[in-house]
Amino acid sequence: MPTYYTKDHEWIAVDGDTGTVGITDYAQSQLGDITYVDLPSPGATIGKGDAPCVVDSVKAASDVYAPVSGTVTEVNEALGDAPELVNGEAETGGWLFRLTLSNPSELDGLMDRAAYEAYVAGL
Amino acid sequence: MNAPNASGWRPAMGEGGEAPAILTVSGDRGLTLEEPLIFELGRPGTCGVDLDEPRGEIAPGLARFLRAEPPALPGLTEPETVRHYTRLSRQNYAIDLGPFPLGSCTMKHNPRLNEKVARLPGFADIHPLQPQHTVRGAIGVISELADWLVTLTGMAAVAMTPKAGAHGELCGLLCIRAALEARGDAREVVLVPESAHGTNPATAAFAGYRVENIPATADGRVDLAALTARLGPDVAAVMITNPNTCGLFERDMKAISDAVHAAGGLVYCDGANFNAIVGKVRPGDLGVDAMHINLHKTFSTPHGGGGPGSGPVVLSAALAPFAPLPFAMRGPDGIIRLVEEEDAPQHHPQSFGRMAAFHGQMGMFTRALTYILSHGADGLRQVAEDAVLNANYVLRSLEDVLDAPFGAAGPCMHEALFSDEGFAEGFSTLDLAKGLIDEGFHPMTVYFPLVVHGAMLVEPTETESKAGLDRFIASMRSLAARARNADPALKSAPHLAPRRRLDETQAARKPVLVQPQ
Amino acid sequence: MRYLPLTPAERSEMLTVIGAATIDDLFADVPAEARLPGPVPGLPNHASEMAVERHMSALAAQNLSAGTAPFFLGAGAYRHHIPASVDHLIQRGEFLTAYTPYQPEIAQGTLQVLFEFQTQVARLFGTEVANASMYDGSTACWEAVAMAGRITRRRKVVLCGGLHPHYGATIETMAKFTGDQIERQVPVLTAEPDHGALIAAIDGETSCVVVQYPDILGRIPDLPAIAAAAQAHGALLIAVVTEPVALGLIEAPGKLGADIVVGEGQSLSVGLQFGGPYLGLFGCREKFVRQMPGRLCGQTVDADGRRGFVLTLSTREQHIRREKATSNICTNAGLCALAFSIHMTLLGGEGLARLARVNHDRARQTAEALSAVGGVEVLNSAFVNEFTVLLRRDAREVVRELADYGVLGGVSLGRLYPDRPELGHALLVTATETTTDQDIHALAAILGEVLANAHEGSPT
Repeated sequence: MPTYYTKDHEWIAVDGDTGTVGITDYAQSQLGDITYVDLPSPGATIGKGDAPCVVDSVKAASDVYAPVSGTVTEVNEALGDAPELVNGEAETGGWLFRLTLSNPSELDGLMDRAAYEAYVAGL
Repeated sequence: MNAPNASGWRPAMGEGGEAPAILTVSGDRGLTLEEPLIFELGRPGTCGVDLDEPRGEIAPGLARFLRAEPPALPGLTEPETVRHYTRLSRQNYAIDLGPFPLGSCTMKHNPRLNEKVARLPGFADIHPLQPQHTVRGAIGVISELADWLVTLTGMAAVAMTPKAGAHGELCGLLCIRAALEARGDAREVVLVPESAHGTNPATAAFAGYRVENIPATADGRVDLAALTARLGPDVAAVMITNPNTCGLFERDMKAISDAVHAAGGLVYCDGANFNAIVGKVRPGDLGVDAMHINLHKTFSTPHGGGGPGSGPVVLSAALAPFAPLPFAMRGPDGIIRLVEEEDAPQHHPQSFGRMAAFHGQMGMFTRALTYILSHGADGLRQVAEDAVLNANYVLRSLEDVLDAPFGAAGPCMHEALFSDEGFAEGFSTLDLAKGLIDEGFHPMTVYFPLVVHGAMLVEPTETESKAGLDRFIASMRSLAARARNADPALKSAPHLAPRRRLDETQAARKPVLVQPQ
Repeated sequence: MRYLPLTPAERSEMLTVIGAATIDDLFADVPAEARLPGPVPGLPNHASEMAVERHMSALAAQNLSAGTAPFFLGAGAYRHHIPASVDHLIQRGEFLTAYTPYQPEIAQGTLQVLFEFQTQVARLFGTEVANASMYDGSTACWEAVAMAGRITRRRKVVLCGGLHPHYGATIETMAKFTGDQIERQVPVLTAEPDHGALIAAIDGETSCVVVQYPDILGRIPDLPAIAAAAQAHGALLIAVVTEPVALGLIEAPGKLGADIVVGEGQSLSVGLQFGGPYLGLFGCREKFVRQMPGRLCGQTVDADGRRGFVLTLSTREQHIRREKATSNICTNAGLCALAFSIHMTLLGGEGLARLARVNHDRARQTAEALSAVGGVEVLNSAFVNEFTVLLRRDAREVVRELADYGVLGGVSLGRLYPDRPELGHALLVTATETTTDQDIHALAAILGEVLANAHEGSPT
């Protein structure tokens, strides 16, 4: 599954017209202990750059921006009881929501893994 | 001699050597006392108040509304109650115990005369809806205090009712919005500097404005050129804290005000730091249109562990007509009166409305007026001078061991700002702050302002003696050395407080906000 | 100056350390034209403790205090006995002169009190959770309306006619700026509140219904019926309690279907103080906790595993969330919450029930005495400690005349609703455990006289 990255430290793994969105391991390491994830509602239509999701740590609330536009199909219900999944498995079990891509060409503007790693190394 | 020491008592210092690690059965350790929750101490049915026997029956009309059972709250007798709260009180740090140098909080001594006066029955035991002719003295307090605030700030009027600083900010922004709407000018943007208190953007957003940041210059001030460039017909107001949150005076304040006014906007000043300039500078002379005054900071009404506060807002002539009700207003005879809903159509028709029930934080007004009268115009000026002197003394006594990002730019105002630069790898501002607890001080404000990494904002206030400051400085110098030299004991401080570091992650992930029944 | 410890010698010594010649060098950033050359003109200089106390005492003496007159005022502020131990304890410096407990290791006293307070409020209100206090009842009420809007994402708000008019006005003021659409009903002088119009106003766009319990006339609204109507439309019910002592006797709003319960906690040991500072109470269902305004204290453990308390869920608050904060509250009413909590601890649940009974006794006795006065009619079919009487004359004038006789006889609805002439002859009367038989006799006798004097003008 191809995975793309943003400069705001979101990732999106794409399978057909479905994308799974989360924050990167680098992002979770900067935020510290995640205490709560405010997830979008399934069915919500979101545009690229919207902030449908908020990740709380003890002293900060961070918006998660949508890497692409689409309609939310599913959210990671497990985070309700275990927000720490975002810390432990940021890029796997700590995914945030899935969406149906409405404009797959938006993926073209995102980074691949190597480009993202180079970007983080430069921060 | 007969039984020369029958009881066997004699003075003794104990047998020498190291103190053993003693585990006590009670959990208390000498004067370090643990205290259960009232729900663990109290018994149902116990009452610490003697109440009359009910004389009559409950009215039949009330029968269908009655509570099924009394609230599940245990009671304590008076001796148990006094002991519970006294024991709890000993787990708190307080100004009465030592320096409390929280930047932007102005934790100064709370004179006890203020408490005594506020408890006079003529102030403490009057109802807000008594006929006005039975509360002339209360209205007198409001008008005298209003007069002082207006005169000290060089402004036209004051809205007395806001209940705290953020409520005062909201009051000021609502006045601004009402004034702009009255002239048919729908502006959408409020400019806020990066270094602002978080309440500023929150307030502007609440009042319906879009917030845009203004950058700071390298010397910690608002970038006048960037600000001027951004001004235009969409900018309703700028919100500036002066002295700012870096503890510096905004030198260009008058130029900022003039530019904002020329562009048709208004100037809000966050007055949280008024203590630095009270009696020395009148914000009205700098072109400010609205400024809240935290009576619980500058005028020393006690913080009480988080309130109550009081945030009157002084207003320019341009904004005064829009102030909320009730409004203390100077009549043509020079006397200040309270305008309420009833006479507002006649005397204050453009008011944006009421922000809270009744007349504001009267109990704080009596305390603040008492404080102000005690100091007088000369004493208040001395307050600002000593507050600034103390902060600069701390700044210059620590800048060789702690990074002071704006230290080279000149004197600070009432607070000294440091950063964590130079600390050993893995050591943070938080560690130094927790180390201060072991030294017997309350930590300074940490990680604020956001524009400085690992910020430490020290506001000693004018009520610290030089000897007290010297003790604080000695502890800070020691802690700075420990942070530079990677003392592992500092990483786990505090060790000597009633509790060690608390697990805030657990508290936020699985909130337990009430005792389960 | 008795509050300023620095001596002139120390000041110059410190200036030397700083490297400044004069104090004015430290104010160099202030433009010269804005620097005052001396004390602000037109104001007096410092004064001794004795002189200030004399001045303030003279002002206090111009007020007719509740304890020196037969006193029957309520309407959102109530006179109750304050146990001596409460005022002593809240003046302990460790409580009085502490800041918001941002350093929990040295603020466990304040934090444990807040945790106990939250529990007390939740149990009193019958809600699952409660916060660490708000500014006062009126601002708590507005915050509840704003919170309901965040939860339901709807903008229409229905205010019952029995809501305190200052609370309604506060909500209307804020709504002007947030775009909420407020339908505010006015009280109708009936023996029981008629909820027909209120229920009819609720529809699928309604965010919340705000109902005061007991209402501004002292009547008890039928919360379960209103809750059912709100729920049927997906709206929230906000119950407002201005007299918490009443909850010693009548059922907790949270048990009757209220989603959010707010209130004014002044009754328990905060004191009348001419209207402030008071104490906002705020409870709600646990599922709404992340939408709640105000500070919250939560239980946790320290590094040694010992129980301790911290401020928590602070990412809702404006100092962190900035323009996305959930509310306007920052400083709250900590010391007032302490007073309330101590008083509640002294009473316990059964003590509160007993206190409410005694209040009810006094109010019934007062109502009976007044209903025997010519030209006075008791309106309510039910009340706890506050009720409405209809007078044959304008109640504002009657209240002023009673005050001339040294009797603080109640709150006229004309004072609260100056634009509603149809309410002008109604008077709110409150009795509490502080009301004596003599007070009741005095009110009845003098009210009779004032009403009888109707055509002879007021006494001098």
